Amino acid sequence: MTSPLLNKLNALDRRWIFLAMALAVLSPILLQIGSDETPSPPTIKLFDEIERLPEGSRILMAMDFDPTSAAELYPMALSFTRHCCLRHHKLYFVTIWPTGKPMIESTIKAVIGADFGSGDRAYQYGVDYVNLGYLAGDAVAISQISSDIRKARPQDARGTSLDELPMMSGVISVKEMDLIVNASAGFPGGKEWVQYAATPKKIPIAVGCTGVQSTQLFPYYPDQLLGLVTGIRGAIEYETMLAAKYPDPYANRSKRPAFLRGGAQRWAHRLMIGLIVLGNGIHLANRYRRTPHP
Amino acid sequence: MSKTVPVLIASIVGCIMIVANFSPFLLPARQIAEDWFTIVATIAMMLGGANLCVHHLKNISDREAGWGFSAVTLISFFITIAVGLLKIGVVPESEQQVKFAWSGPFQQEGSGFWWIYQYLFSPIVSTMFALLAFYVASAAFRAFRAKNLEAILLLITALIVLVGQTRDREITSLFLPPPAEGMPQHVPIADLTEFIRKTFVTAGQRAIMIGIALGVVATSLRILLGLDRSYLGGDE
Repeated sequence: MTSPLLNKLNALDRRWIFLAMALAVLSPILLQIGSDETPSPPTIKLFDEIERLPEGSRILMAMDFDPTSAAELYPMALSFTRHCCLRHHKLYFVTIWPTGKPMIESTIKAVIGADFGSGDRAYQYGVDYVNLGYLAGDAVAISQISSDIRKARPQDARGTSLDELPMMSGVISVKEMDLIVNASAGFPGGKEWVQYAATPKKIPIAVGCTGVQSTQLFPYYPDQLLGLVTGIRGAIEYETMLAAKYPDPYANRSKRPAFLRGGAQRWAHRLMIGLIVLGNGIHLANRYRRTPHP
Repeated sequence: MSKTVPVLIASIVGCIMIVANFSPFLLPARQIAEDWFTIVATIAMMLGGANLCVHHLKNISDREAGWGFSAVTLISFFITIAVGLLKIGVVPESEQQVKFAWSGPFQQEGSGFWWIYQYLFSPIVSTMFALLAFYVASAAFRAFRAKNLEAILLLITALIVLVGQTRDREITSLFLPPPAEGMPQHVPIADLTEFIRKTFVTAGQRAIMIGIALGVVATSLRILLGLDRSYLGGDE
């Protein structure tokens, strides 16, 4: 028994699959088709904690990612920073990834520079936010700033002594932070912040991580991790909550990069499901064809 | 003797780190050990750089297959180091700083190193990561097939999680009666995804993590007691 269609599908060139994936990802981006999400409890918990903290609370923003995972984590970093700025918390940016410093600078420019850099309550460097830059030493760097920030980093990323910055007055170590928010792409990242800073010093921590890393971090939730925002879906959830709580101008699509990326991910997932079903349909048809029939 | 001193250093520093975790009196000693770790790690990074050069220079010298890639690696390596160390394109940032380029940070916006990061490193690594989507799609079509019971179980789980991760999961609630007023709509596949994550995935991960932790404790004890010297290289 032969089937021309089955023969064609069996010999399908993989470049057609590549083309289909390219279209599935590109079309929603070009047509600006986004996707919303219903917030999940681990994301809601982080959002509520930032809302609950009194104005001016100290938040350590650990941006441990690079351009490889920026597609997932950069929209999260923007949302976390924007939310903290809306609540007027004090932000301490740091990274333990050598390639993470430009990510901090880009986040500061896109959020603080664009939306909170002017007006009556403008964010001022050294008073409301500081960029501590890159800390070398992976997990040891976390351990160092857990006992003494100045030992690990006597100056900020601009070369200014930490003692000259008003917001560093009274800050000796991570212990003085009210919350750690970590955007983590792998090692060193969320797991190390939990093990070397948050749990020993009893500081609340929430992590935003890539989708593939979520399985490694979920065992820490909800005991060691206050909240967990996973992948682009988590970023969309956070943006959805931010847009609902602060509709103007954060409901605007241009302020919601995760929403726009969600459309591409949704269509890519649909294609994947379709390909798995089609592949297995071909497999079953081949088995049926090989089986002798009376 | 050549190995006794490093073993003693490792044992003493390891013991200090353990005891300092429980006693604040040893905190200064722990901070010194951490400073030394950073210094030793930096030296190790320089050794790594030297090793990279030796490896690729040998590839080029022996004209091994793909020696051209080794040449590109070395050229990129040295250009990046030179641009960063010489702070090409860096300008002084504030009046507090002295008026010459060396005073600005090497990653300053507009500098040569910043340019390499923004326009070479960033697009290259993003592209490499993005390519995964294409290969995963191809693999899903060709290899992810229900060939035996294990594969069927994996396939069903993957499909449930895949659908559960997008808003398309809400299709599964279309045939259910509407929820009571003020209550969220029940989404069966979302609940199933959560069940898989909370039960199987988290339990498996915890087992792996506990296993790794026990292994780390055992290996650390062997190193502290000088029984395991494999980290020093050689046959021991």
